[in-house]
Amino acid sequence: MSTDTTPAVGPVEGGHVHDVDNPAPLIEPPRKRTGRTPRSTRGNFEMAAWLFMRLSGVVLVVLVIGHLLIQLVLDGGVSKIGFAFVAGRWASPFWQVWDLLMLWLAMLHGANGLRTVINDYAERPTTRLWLKGLLYTATVFTILLGTLVIFTFDPNIR
Amino acid sequence: MATPVMDKAEATAKTDASPYITVTFRIRRFNPEVSEHAVWEDFPVEIDPKERVLDGLHKIKWDVDGTLTFRRSCAHGICGSDAMRINGKNRLACKTLIKDINPEKPITVEAIKGLTVLKDLVVDMEPFFQAYRDVMPFLVTKGNEPTRERLQSAEDRERFDDTTKCILCAACTSSCPVFWNDGQYFGPAAIVNAHRFIFDSRDDAGEQRLEILNDKDGVWRCRTTFNCTDACPRGIEVTKAIQEVKRALITRRF
Repeated sequence: MSTDTTPAVGPVEGGHVHDVDNPAPLIEPPRKRTGRTPRSTRGNFEMAAWLFMRLSGVVLVVLVIGHLLIQLVLDGGVSKIGFAFVAGRWASPFWQVWDLLMLWLAMLHGANGLRTVINDYAERPTTRLWLKGLLYTATVFTILLGTLVIFTFDPNIR
Repeated sequence: MATPVMDKAEATAKTDASPYITVTFRIRRFNPEVSEHAVWEDFPVEIDPKERVLDGLHKIKWDVDGTLTFRRSCAHGICGSDAMRINGKNRLACKTLIKDINPEKPITVEAIKGLTVLKDLVVDMEPFFQAYRDVMPFLVTKGNEPTRERLQSAEDRERFDDTTKCILCAACTSSCPVFWNDGQYFGPAAIVNAHRFIFDSRDDAGEQRLEILNDKDGVWRCRTTFNCTDACPRGIEVTKAIQEVKRALITRRF
């Protein structure tokens, strides 16, 4: 390309450092598909995860709205909540199961949602690995701690 | 004599009736032999608003700047070469009339997104076609070949009629936000072409194709944003086709 005529591409800061022999680098889109990648993975995990999101979502609507109504609206609202209120509720297996189900479904639903967000947005494999490691650790910790508390709750603790 | 006045009036009337208007084409130029940066460049073009964006690009390439690079082949919406992002939306330049996209303002034209730009409006389509090849877009049958043609009822043909319209222009795949961020995703176009064979009663490899799309980067990555359906220049209900593949995967009925 001659420089004496008006260049087709407007002036760029620093002048033309690139030419036919020294072309500018092309910016590749992230994780380009080739004949070798992605490697095929057998199994129905993604389908199960997708189905779980739909089903747990439906159950969570009932559980969470019920939970919010009981905790925040009905019978005096948030002011009634205290150690005695929680102890009273968890004396019944029904509320134990309710809270346990809500804990597991909400945590797995949220964690799976974040997993898809990481898959969609994290470009580098190492970033993905670290973010997902952090996510799974936090999820497992919260679920186990919550389950432990629900099952070993002692209303007579001093 | 009043004739000259008449002539003048006639001449003015003629100029007023001229179909030509000045339209500014704002084109995103990229030439790796000049710069690693892409630049927007304006081209004012005298054009009839009833003409297409492709005609405007031709005028620029043929009369103004021969270095402008873009793909086009049939120029009639069949070959699918000239998908580009016009005013921020993926369209075929040969099917978009100037008058339909507000010629008052500059018309922005850029390459489709998510694929490597090689020059100006030309992108590397290889990853797109790789995904297409990966879903086995050909008839697979078992048993002996019939001596006559493979017959199919009109209802069976109707089942996948919508997805036969695909021209592989990549307008859908390059409008998909999941594909922009992760090129490992099959993308709408590949799934549409898998759908075309999965729901074909003459084909016997539906199960195999479903298994391919059941993968980590298959249909489950679709977030149903409907960008693909909006972008398709053939009016294929792309998102619906993807959802039908999902349903077939869950029920294994097709």
